Amino acid sequence: MVSKTRSSYVPWSQERAVAIFERHRTERGALMPILHELQDVFGHIDPRAVDLVAEELNLSKAEVYGVVTFYKDFRSEPPGTSVIRVCRGEACQSMGAERLARHAREHLAVDFGGTTSDGAVTLEQVFCLGNCALSPAVLVDGRLKGRVDEAGFDELVAASRTEAR
Amino acid sequence: MGPVVVFVPLDAAARSVGADDVAIAIVREAAVRQRDIRLVRNGSRGMFWLEPLVEVSTPEGRVAYGPVEAGNVGELLDAGMLDGAPHRLCLGKTEEIPQLRRQTRFTFARVGINDPLSVADYEATGGLAGLRRALGMTPQEIVTAVTDSGLRGRGGAGFPAGIKWQTVLNMPSGLKFIACNADEGDSGTFADRMLMEGDPFLLVEGMAIAGLAVGANEGYIYIRSEYPDAVATLSAAVDIAYLNGWVGPSVLGTDRSFDLHLRVGAGSYICGEETAMLESLEGRRGMIRAKPPLPAIAGLLGKPTVVNNVLTLATVPPILAKGAEAFRELGVGRSRGTQVFQLAGNIKHGGIVETAFGVTLGELVEEYGGGTASGRPVRAVQVGGPLGAYLPTSRFDLPMDYEAFAAAGAMVGHGGIVVFDETVDMSHQARFAMEFCAEESCGKCTPCRVGAVRGVEVIDRIIAGVDREANLELLEDLCETMVDGSLCAMGGLTPLPVRSALKHFPEDFEQVKAVPL
Repeated sequence: MVSKTRSSYVPWSQERAVAIFERHRTERGALMPILHELQDVFGHIDPRAVDLVAEELNLSKAEVYGVVTFYKDFRSEPPGTSVIRVCRGEACQSMGAERLARHAREHLAVDFGGTTSDGAVTLEQVFCLGNCALSPAVLVDGRLKGRVDEAGFDELVAASRTEAR
Repeated sequence: MGPVVVFVPLDAAARSVGADDVAIAIVREAAVRQRDIRLVRNGSRGMFWLEPLVEVSTPEGRVAYGPVEAGNVGELLDAGMLDGAPHRLCLGKTEEIPQLRRQTRFTFARVGINDPLSVADYEATGGLAGLRRALGMTPQEIVTAVTDSGLRGRGGAGFPAGIKWQTVLNMPSGLKFIACNADEGDSGTFADRMLMEGDPFLLVEGMAIAGLAVGANEGYIYIRSEYPDAVATLSAAVDIAYLNGWVGPSVLGTDRSFDLHLRVGAGSYICGEETAMLESLEGRRGMIRAKPPLPAIAGLLGKPTVVNNVLTLATVPPILAKGAEAFRELGVGRSRGTQVFQLAGNIKHGGIVETAFGVTLGELVEEYGGGTASGRPVRAVQVGGPLGAYLPTSRFDLPMDYEAFAAAGAMVGHGGIVVFDETVDMSHQARFAMEFCAEESCGKCTPCRVGAVRGVEVIDRIIAGVDREANLELLEDLCETMVDGSLCAMGGLTPLPVRSALKHFPEDFEQVKAVPL
């Protein structure tokens, strides 16, 4: 899901992808679990994975591509070393999330969905992390943070940059 | 004398403000002082302004300290925290904390008490009593108990759970499913997350009972990916439940089987709508389905399916264990039992309040919640998530009751209450409702897919003072079209926050302002 960093992703491997497919073959509605595991392993959904999954599940490539693009979690490009998701839900808005969202984009000089030029951070928006009594909330590589103000955000970015080195 | 038991929550919200660091500090500082402790990572009591909330077991009961920072731990231990001694952070006995003492914890009875994954703790605190009772009952008896309890779906719509179960039970036997909707996507709601992190076995037990009740041998929990901690805890709980024979080929040693699977969503709000969730479970885009047929008739893979929210299913085991009457006697009107209200946003004492229906909005926000976190006056509250109405403080007299809220043009929904102080601009909130709908619409219905985009544009013109009267009329027409022309609540209810903002806070739409962002 969202907890891994790029350093732990492996390069594309047909064998590895087939092994993932085999593990889920008998499950009902296997496509979602397969896509999740493909992304967990490779960091994104490689176009070659789309072809393979379509063939194995007897679906059209358009159907698989349609699913990949429908869900915000599935990426077609590798993410930055850290993925930081800023909550923009109403509860967080009531505690200044819109200000934080603006600051985050300015501080990292990317829009939501973008990755910083050094590849360190991918910034995403999210609508609710379930931390609505400790707003604003941010998710850093799967770790939930509460009461994050602008200074707190900068610290989280600095920490994840240090950790990546 | 055995080790002192110290509790530090493992709940994601508690961790988000440093509970892990506190736990580490306690272990370290206790070792330095050669004190023998046993650290338990429990769920959260749901009083988030006090997190990280540390509890110490004493002969008189559990004593609480909070909010504790890792830097306080040394001084706390020196002051005698491990013996329940006074300190400026000491809150006295946990059960005596006013906001907790006044609650009626029915569904949340065990959350914050136990190690969520301890089988021994679960059984010692009444776990499995409901399932054991269910195994001695006929399917019809189980369904009747749920119907008699008056339990209504906690996901938001409030549909009577017993009627839904009866429909599935009445379908010819064959492949049937239990599908738990754990895609709690509404801002201001976190009770499902807390339950799954704090008492996951309860949900497992509730699902197994549902399976026995309607004749389903297979269950799916669809949980959102935005809850990584809950995914991990629930996943472990399902594994443990299998290992202990609570689910699997022989439920508690009987000839009944129930298989349980966990499925993770992928960042789509609309998959919290039951038919979109079923599509997603089947491996497709989360496009909603027209109803009828109801999922109870033709749900997952076209088979009869009980689709219930986490809290609905988790409330069934105590109903069976304590009797339908124990639940039914609580509440007001047709809203029976308790609801797990969630106080969120700009609130001083945010968290969970489980109490009987009928408590007023004002009591929740002001008495339990203590007003705003900022200290400024409350201006508006949004009840029931992003598709719920904005209400002014003049409606604080409203009782939390499905019918009373509906009559007031609002909805109780999942029981989430988001508080805003006087700095809020309600025209921005109305605009955001449309923006959110545009972002999250599955695209099936034109009034929702296109209407939401047009809604943002029209509100922008109103905010900018362009042809105001005509645009206000256009917005009203647009809202009507969305309500009448959308298959599900996404398009159908987005006008609720928009219209309520206009109705209760018209002054915010009157001054010319810069368009946000």
